[in-house]
Amino acid sequence: MTANELLVQIQNLRVEFDVRAGIVKAVDGVTFDIYRGQTLGVIGESGCGKSITARAILQMVPKPGKITAGQVLYHRRAKGSTQTDVINISKLDPDGQLIREIRGGEIGMIFQEPMSSLTPVYNAGSHINEAVSLHRLMPLRKVGDQMAETIRAHRKVTKEESRQIAIEMLRRVGIPKPEQRVDSYPHQLSGGQRQRVMIAIALSCQPVMLIADEPTTALDVSIEAQILDIMREMQRNENMAIMFITHNLGVIAEMAKEIVVMYMGKQVERASTVDIFYDPKHPYTRALLQSIPKVGRKTGTRLASIEGMVPDPFNLPTGCVFHPRCPSFMPGKCDKIAPTWKQLVGDHWVSCLLYEEV
Amino acid sequence: MAAPNTRTDNILLDVKGLKKYFPIQKGFLRRVVGYVKAVDDVTFFVREGETLGLVGESGCGKTTAGRTIIRLYEPTGGQVFFKSRLMAGGGEEKLINLAGLDRGQMKLIRREIAMIFQDPINSLNPRMTVGDIIAEPMVIHGQYRKDESEAIIINLLQRVGLRPDHLRRYPHEFSGGQRQRIGIARALSLNPRLVICDEPVSALDVSIQAQTLNLLQDLQRDFNLAYIFVAHDLSVVQHISNRVAVMYVGKIVEMADAEELYLYPLHPYTEALMSAVPKADPKYKSDRIIMQGDVADPSNPPSGCYFHPRCRYAVDICSKQAPEFRELKPDHFVACHLAQDLKLRGI
Ligand SMILES: Nc1ncnc2c1ncn2[C@@H]1O[C@H](COP(=O)(O)OP(=O)(O)O)[C@@H](O)[C@H]1O
Ligand SMILES: Nc1ncnc2c1ncn2[C@@H]1O[C@H](COP(=O)(O)OP(=O)(O)O)[C@@H](O)[C@H]1O
Ligand SMILES: [Mg+2]
Ligand SMILES: [Mg+2]
Repeated sequence: MTANELLVQIQNLRVEFDVRAGIVKAVDGVTFDIYRGQTLGVIGESGCGKSITARAILQMVPKPGKITAGQVLYHRRAKGSTQTDVINISKLDPDGQLIREIRGGEIGMIFQEPMSSLTPVYNAGSHINEAVSLHRLMPLRKVGDQMAETIRAHRKVTKEESRQIAIEMLRRVGIPKPEQRVDSYPHQLSGGQRQRVMIAIALSCQPVMLIADEPTTALDVSIEAQILDIMREMQRNENMAIMFITHNLGVIAEMAKEIVVMYMGKQVERASTVDIFYDPKHPYTRALLQSIPKVGRKTGTRLASIEGMVPDPFNLPTGCVFHPRCPSFMPGKCDKIAPTWKQLVGDHWVSCLLYEEV
Repeated sequence: MAAPNTRTDNILLDVKGLKKYFPIQKGFLRRVVGYVKAVDDVTFFVREGETLGLVGESGCGKTTAGRTIIRLYEPTGGQVFFKSRLMAGGGEEKLINLAGLDRGQMKLIRREIAMIFQDPINSLNPRMTVGDIIAEPMVIHGQYRKDESEAIIINLLQRVGLRPDHLRRYPHEFSGGQRQRIGIARALSLNPRLVICDEPVSALDVSIQAQTLNLLQDLQRDFNLAYIFVAHDLSVVQHISNRVAVMYVGKIVEMADAEELYLYPLHPYTEALMSAVPKADPKYKSDRIIMQGDVADPSNPPSGCYFHPRCRYAVDICSKQAPEFRELKPDHFVACHLAQDLKLRGI
């Protein structure tokens, strides 16, 4: 295993939603790389563009969203081969053959448990039919059949083999009595079990990369722990890359090697996980870290909370979009000048005027 | 079961042996074929002005316990003693059993015990203005006075960090965090003494969660509120609670002072839950106890201690006999046969 082999490069990605009230810049110039066998974490509050970034990678932006700039480069390699082809995913036909092979097969996806998700943004909209079945369980079909079908779409196995793989994967994600559960319908499973089935489906195709969008957010810590373990095991055994999206800082600390922090569609900081936690540079990152209660000895103090709330996307603040909430706000600067994306040291990047000479 | 209530000072709510069984009905005649023992012999107390956290995996009966206390569900058994002012009248207080009250009496109690729900989207009527939503409990309880109530509502709105002009707006115009504030203002509109908070911050972002937790703490101090705080996030619960009760399949398995419970757990289930919490520290080397299998089915629980099939310390007796919920250390209650011998790991 060589270190830092590029797998997916996201370059200056922009996604806009043209809705009645105006244009939402859901993703506003995001750039990062994902390496084979490593986990990149993406954190930020809801609405900051994490999910849309993930969907844009696979050309699955829901309507009326559009990728307006940037590109996604996929360094594709056939199993066992050393030859790499660079594919510009953003140039592919979203309904074409190639993207369908990649989506769900080579790059797997797990989204937040739909039935318990509290942000029903995506109920309508996705124009890619099969993509829906990739991350949603169909209500009236047996779980095992749905799993087997996805497995056979992406792996050369027989019907019987695909069923065996399905049972084995259900067992690995901790579903009790998998030989029986494989024949149950989604509504007969609990929310946590349905989510584990989705994870089993994604992993059973042996993807080179997994996009996990809040995969454990609706689950109990006990089940979350099992699922994080399975993901790490797959990563070790198959050198799978993971793009792990969450707003849970505990989960990200445990999973990610590198973290991108997003705010209002922009990346505001990117660094190794240790640097993000021990040496955060952006005031937003610092504030996020301070706002979570820590388990252990009780401090009895109030939580440091970020003032105010996320701004109206149709009425973005001038200058730095974080300035109205920023504890380090510099009047006359932060409200006038937009910060640029700057490399501080090594792989630590930040977008904040505190680190620019202006 | 022995009542864990050894201290009688300042007890506001004293729950004894509370049970809520939901019948499982089958077939055309809706014959009862069994029961979901959602809450099964639960005993705890809440002191005035304190927060009791209630944790446990989903399905273990936290919501049902909260709803049964205020008789949104009829208890199957047990007693719920509450120190009521309104029932006593004349500035006095009286300990009464809520399980024995009729509808009219219960309505009075609902002014003293309020609820806040998890889901800030679905718990507010979308066709009512924020002002009407907050005023509704006053109207229902005949407490609405045209001349005074408007001022009370505006005061409440400001207290929870919203603006007076928000009064005429509708819930969909607000973010999740703001809707939760509306729910909090509504819950406080009748001056309750106890608020049952069912996962009030679980659906909120971390920064909004911090604001909301701070708000709940400020309100608690200012109005001397007691909270029953239900959540599955153990760090949130530890932060806000004075004491914490851990539930497993309809039963409280451990209850203690928050810090004591987190540092020195006595029940293997508590230990396993704690070890599963991801720590926000990349240098922390986790050494997790993976609990095998799922939470037991409350309609068909295992024999003996309900936790024994998932417990890594289980011995013979655990599958044969249900452990007693007892006070092993002062103010530290546990239901485990082995509690005095195990050396468990805290956080
Ligand atoms: N279907 C849609 N229509 C209009 N706007 C959308 C849609 N989906 C997402 N958005 C907007 O895009 C932004 C980013 O959303 P998302 O990526 O889902 O955020 P996150 O995953 O970080 O919570 C949000 O401001 C949201 O309002
Ligand atoms: N109205 C109801 N009818 C039947 N069963 C119920 C009802 N409400 C809850 N239950 C069952 O009771 C158990 C406890 O549920 P609940 O109190 O919601 O747990 P928690 O809030 O801890 O997740 C679960 O098995 C659930 O399926
Ligand atoms: Mg999202
Ligand atoms: Mg509940």
